Amino acid sequence: MKYSYFPGCTLKNKAQELDRYGRDAAAALGIELEELPQWQCCGGVYPLSHDEIAIKLSSVRALAAARDDGAALVTLCSACHNVIKQVNHDMQTDDYVITRVNNYLAEDGIAYNGETKVLHYLELLRDEIGFDEIKQKVAAPLKGQKIGAYYGCLLLRPSGVMAMDDPEHPMIMEDLIAALGAQPVVYAQRNECCGGYLTLEDKSIPEKRAAAILENARAQGAETIITACPLCYYNLKKHAAGTGVEVKYFTELLAQALGVKEGE
Amino acid sequence: MASTYTVTKEQILSISGVDPLKCMRCGKCSATCPSYDEMEYHPHQFVAMVEKGEIEKLMDSPSIYKCMSCMACIQRCPRQVEPAKLVEAIRLGVTRQQERNHLKPDDIPALLDPELPQQAIVSAMRKYTK
Ligand code: SF4
Ligand code: SF4
Ligand code: SF4
Ligand code: SF4
Repeated sequence: MKYSYFPGCTLKNKAQELDRYGRDAAAALGIELEELPQWQCCGGVYPLSHDEIAIKLSSVRALAAARDDGAALVTLCSACHNVIKQVNHDMQTDDYVITRVNNYLAEDGIAYNGETKVLHYLELLRDEIGFDEIKQKVAAPLKGQKIGAYYGCLLLRPSGVMAMDDPEHPMIMEDLIAALGAQPVVYAQRNECCGGYLTLEDKSIPEKRAAAILENARAQGAETIITACPLCYYNLKKHAAGTGVEVKYFTELLAQALGVKEGE
Repeated sequence: MASTYTVTKEQILSISGVDPLKCMRCGKCSATCPSYDEMEYHPHQFVAMVEKGEIEKLMDSPSIYKCMSCMACIQRCPRQVEPAKLVEAIRLGVTRQQERNHLKPDDIPALLDPELPQQAIVSAMRKYTK
């Protein structure tokens, strides 16, 4: 199966591992991720104000390119996914946005009305490949490892639009962890925010958030927590020393279990 | 710094699309807000104060730079009020004015470290500047 892929700017730079392991694992699963020939940064945050149109254009360009390729658009970074999925929803439902965006893009010959299906990499694993199939392909099960999923905020909310999973009782990453042969650890802070971009200005806020998340995960027995977001990764990893909890990208564990992690 | 011009309640309601009258003052948004301790005015107060027209007080409060846009208040409000959209609209009321950016490009280099992902910079610039 072939999919269009939107890596995003962070995965081209500070989060290259998230991307590389994701591509290697997809290849091992027989999935062709074809990076869009051209894409621009999605802006990192979906605008919460109704009158911001220009910020949404780069997402719409990527969505239209995927449609023209006849493929669903796969994202991996939680933030890209949140922005692109919410913009796609606007382009399906919000006449104010649909009209203005299409007015802008008309000069480039683009007309778009939400036709593309947006899939996060985790949804690709669950809904297109299937966790049972993945389990079959696991070459090096992560036996005995206790792993907590860290969803953060952007994968799940707002749930009416993201529709990935139950926003308060998600299962998708726990099911993946189990499919890889490890033991999923559920803890209350798994869907509470890490402090996000506040980290640029004031490290003390993410520090407090990270402590709450890591302590909670540890108390429930987690040795590792996994994320899909480079910013969660940064905020949590920065404060993980001495907590007994390791922070990893979920794609690293996936690649490892599939036996395609470099150097193994 | 005082505002250079007035932003009206009507403008805030229109930018945000929020209807504060839907709020039943249960406080759930503030109870779930991960930035609660950092804020002078909490999400439910944004809703009540916008309704009362106290826009300027909110515009002058550092609280508008403490929202993580985590959407917990949006997700968990039982009345779909979406308080974070008011925080965003008030902040835009400030940053859209001349010379009122909260961060300036010159401020950025001092804030960087080698591991910081681009996403943090891009997102913060989106939130703090026009
Ligand atoms: S979310 Fe981040 S990494 Fe993804 S494209 Fe947007 S800004 Fe860049
Ligand atoms: S970086 Fe923080 S703000 Fe972003 S998704 Fe992760 S939890 Fe949420
Ligand atoms: S979106 Fe902002 S105001 Fe709402 S809960 Fe999150 S940090 Fe608090
Ligand atoms: S959760 Fe909703 S209804 Fe309750 S106080 Fe906050 S905005 Fe009002």
